Amino acid sequence: MIKEKKEINLPSRIESVETATQAAVDFASKSGFDADALFAIDMAMREVAANAVKHGNREDETKLVEITFENREEGFWITVRDFGEGFAVEEIPDPTNSENLLKASGRGILFMRSFMDEVEWSIHKEGGMIVKMLKRH
Amino acid sequence: MAELNITERQSGDITILDLSGKVTIGEGSVALRNTIRRLLGEGKKKILLNLGQVGYVDSSGIGELVSSFSAVNRESGSLKLLNLTQKIQDLLAITKLLTVFDVYDSESEAVSNFS
Repeated sequence: MIKEKKEINLPSRIESVETATQAAVDFASKSGFDADALFAIDMAMREVAANAVKHGNREDETKLVEITFENREEGFWITVRDFGEGFAVEEIPDPTNSENLLKASGRGILFMRSFMDEVEWSIHKEGGMIVKMLKRH
Repeated sequence: MAELNITERQSGDITILDLSGKVTIGEGSVALRNTIRRLLGEGKKKILLNLGQVGYVDSSGIGELVSSFSAVNRESGSLKLLNLTQKIQDLLAITKLLTVFDVYDSESEAVSNFS
């Protein structure tokens, strides 16, 4: 059951990462999460928004990043959709493998998985990537 | 105010960068990258990053620390980290980078460990 829901659409520019993160933390703080959980939500939201802006929509400001926050019985859901080409998450190299340790990028998905309780990726039927993340109460 | 403020000081031939603010995607990461590039251009290859006043680092910021480390190593220099907050230490543990970086809690100890 959804107790509360909020939707925001942001242009694909780097500044939107901060806007999305602040919005997520504001929403979650009203849902009673403690400081550690809010930090985790902050970290995960920043990464998923950065991925949507940079890798999904490739900073094309005509493409939106659609974000939904839902406070449900089980916890706080964040859903993010971009309008890019999508990717297969299982093909993303593990950044903790020794051969990848010194790579400059590729740690965002690791952070999402580390800081949230559930993260799932899917391709929207009309194109673009959908990421759903849950932080349990 | 800038996302990341970087103050520079010298201890012998070691350059200490006192960072405060956020090392995150965009401005913060770029500021660090530009400072490291400039120091290497000036021949300053022994660099100590004091992260004690850095409240926030994202994956882009971690990537910038790694890039800085690699760039300094390529010039046969050395980059070490000082005063990691618990949160940054946790991020380096998650990414298994604690084994890559030389990390210190004491500035004098860090300085004395540059060869």
